[in-house]
Amino acid sequence: MAVLHTTNKSPLQTRDLESCLRLARPGCGILLMEDAIYGALKGTAAATKLAEAAKDKQLYVLGPDLAARGFTAEQVVPGVKVVDYGGFVDLAVEYHHVQAWV
Amino acid sequence: MSDMEENEGGAEKVKRLMIVNRKAPYGTIYALESLEVVLIGAAFDQDVSLVFVDDGVYQLKKGQQTKDIGQKNFSPTYRALEGYDVEKLYVEQESLEVRGLATDDLLVPVEVLPSAKLGALMEEQDVVLSF
Repeated sequence: MAVLHTTNKSPLQTRDLESCLRLARPGCGILLMEDAIYGALKGTAAATKLAEAAKDKQLYVLGPDLAARGFTAEQVVPGVKVVDYGGFVDLAVEYHHVQAWV
Repeated sequence: MSDMEENEGGAEKVKRLMIVNRKAPYGTIYALESLEVVLIGAAFDQDVSLVFVDDGVYQLKKGQQTKDIGQKNFSPTYRALEGYDVEKLYVEQESLEVRGLATDDLLVPVEVLPSAKLGALMEEQDVVLSF
């Protein structure tokens, strides 16, 4: 049963994203939101780990949180899909359940 | 050093007040609260400096558009600080580099300092408040 994992903390300040990536199963979805969006940006250490995860998991980042922090879709690591709030709702419905890594 | 040290004129001594910002904006309230304290410090004519370390450097990122998250975009305030005579803005070089950012990505002119120099500057302060 595919799970949608959400994470909302900066990967440069906490290890939440690492735990999420370690325990998330192939086929699941991972949505980076709020301060976690910094993990989806090119040129950071987290980007390498995300690229690895993207091989067997679907990665998403919440667009409004990117924009609020001054970043655009072009600055996101390839393989990470930008979604809006409507897209978030669709994902919550699509996956079996949502697991938040707060 | 006493809390109410006075100089020869009898007026209270101007203190060196440093605000250290280590959190990204919007995800928590720290960045906004820090700005409030900066403006209060400036209103009391203190020698205020701002430091941006770790995720705090993200507070200065250009192009913040907060309409869709329903929060006030307070980033233009950093540009207004000059008008309050707050002109000492320091960014840690290591924090910028690890985030793939350069001074061109920031919305105000800052002085970029390596951690050793920034640490020395912290030691010279009378008061350091962390956010």
